[in-house]
Amino acid sequence: MAEVTGAAGPAGPAGAAGAAGAAGAVREREHADLVAPRVRGRVREGLRGYGLIVAMWMRATMTYRMSFVLSTLGNAAITMLDFAAISIMFSHVDVLGGFTLPEIALLYGSCSASLGLADLLLGSTDRIGARIRDGSLDTMLVRPVPLLAQVAADRFALRRLGRIAQGLGVLGWALSSLDVDWTVGKVLLMPVMLLAGAAIFAAVMVAGAAFQFIAGDAAEVQNSFTYGGCTMLQYPPTVFATELLRGVTFVVPLAFVNWLPALYVLGRPDPLGLPEWAAFLSPLVAVAVFVPASLAWRAGVRSYRSTGS
Amino acid sequence: MRLYAAVAAGGFRRYATYGTATAAGVFTNTVFGFIVAFTYIALWDQRPGLGGYDQAQALAFVWVSQSLLAAGALIGGGFQEELQERVRTGDIAVDLYRPADLQMWWLAADLGRAAFQLLGRGLVPLAAGALAFRLALPPDPWRWLLFLASVGLGLVVSFAVRYLMGLLAFWLLDGSGINLMMTVVSIFCSGMLLPLTVLPGAFGAFVRMLPWSAMLQVPMDVLLGVNSGAGYAAGALGFQICWVLVLLGAGRLLQAAATRKVVVQGG
Repeated sequence: MAEVTGAAGPAGPAGAAGAAGAAGAVREREHADLVAPRVRGRVREGLRGYGLIVAMWMRATMTYRMSFVLSTLGNAAITMLDFAAISIMFSHVDVLGGFTLPEIALLYGSCSASLGLADLLLGSTDRIGARIRDGSLDTMLVRPVPLLAQVAADRFALRRLGRIAQGLGVLGWALSSLDVDWTVGKVLLMPVMLLAGAAIFAAVMVAGAAFQFIAGDAAEVQNSFTYGGCTMLQYPPTVFATELLRGVTFVVPLAFVNWLPALYVLGRPDPLGLPEWAAFLSPLVAVAVFVPASLAWRAGVRSYRSTGS
Repeated sequence: MRLYAAVAAGGFRRYATYGTATAAGVFTNTVFGFIVAFTYIALWDQRPGLGGYDQAQALAFVWVSQSLLAAGALIGGGFQEELQERVRTGDIAVDLYRPADLQMWWLAADLGRAAFQLLGRGLVPLAAGALAFRLALPPDPWRWLLFLASVGLGLVVSFAVRYLMGLLAFWLLDGSGINLMMTVVSIFCSGMLLPLTVLPGAFGAFVRMLPWSAMLQVPMDVLLGVNSGAGYAAGALGFQICWVLVLLGAGRLLQAAATRKVVVQGG
């Protein structure tokens, strides 16, 4: 549920700006004491709207049950392909970038589950470019549900459970085959890593959706950071060039999704020389990414000019 | 013929309209190219000569396949979703009344799309890869011509397979499940996931016989000249032509069966 709250958090004010316009925002400032309950109200409203739209799409999906089963299996299979590739690589080598197969499986499973969770809850945001292009975003703006909640729930695809299940499966295998010296910190870090990782991916998705207000139909740019980022995080950081590592640590901080926590659990040093406690920063990093992402989203909604079609 | 040329030109122009989407696609192909290239470097450092390629050939494989995958619709995309939608909504009845052959119409449109994506999404990622890494690209123009011929045949094979998938909508109504399964198969069996020569033993040999290998692996081997010599190139193109004939023929049969199923509702 933490993810849902995170997802709808920025939706409240953003939706207000979009639907009610700047006048609403001014009124909110005038009654500063009323703002907190009102924002909470907007969040509740956003969650409720999100839930209703999700339920509607789930019913729609179940109309073609055979197709749903096939697409859930297909979704798990398509993400399994990456792991198949890694396994085939390991039929030729014993270590890749100095990491064994179970160690890479830990990286693979954790980022796959995190991305899967973010994708299930917010993955549809990449459709916003198509919505802007065909003008159907206008219809969403006049509905009494925060825009981000609508965009996130748009064509909600339950088949994305396939990726989560598959990621958790590989993660389970990795944990059972690894010989980790478990401490309380390491045990606690596992769920934190998965949820914070999902929140970081979710923030990237919101930022990507905001970018589409400027760029138009640019869903693929967003995908290169989410799916591309996850493909990268499946492999040990030692495989990549240092400049690339700096980019995904300090610019788009994907390294906090799973590399840094997993390196700590495995007892391996970070190639960039970050201290051990950096492994525990993922939730803070998630919040830090959400702030600019939600500001970008708001700016995007404000700048929106309909295509008029 | 003039009609189909016009349809192909329309397909080309239609995709050329989406400038931002093309730029976004180029960005994605380049990002993925970098990620995969680094993993291949790690792999080929450990096992030089894996799959019959040296590291520069493996890196050329990465970047050229990133340049081909949008044109070949190897990870989805293309016309089949549109065809399925037209079947679902019944618009297909209008298409069947046109004085043009359904299969040839879509083939022309899809080749127009592919030609645009070959240029629009192919050249920049390949150039980026060639700047950042040492790629084993042949200096011989003859080899590039053979490669382009092989790519062309690969595009027709890709079309023919997706046409069969599109027609399945006559029976399944919703094609999204089958499309997804299809994408899984195509990613694995085309060589996009890993060069097919890296796949072990009899399984690898079997996958190399399937039509998907004609879409990527065969053009790549023609370009890299792994089994060089005119004999190999002739065999490779012959393999592709066989699949073109078989699959387009199967498409015609299925199309005939599908057309008999159409019930035009009035109103």
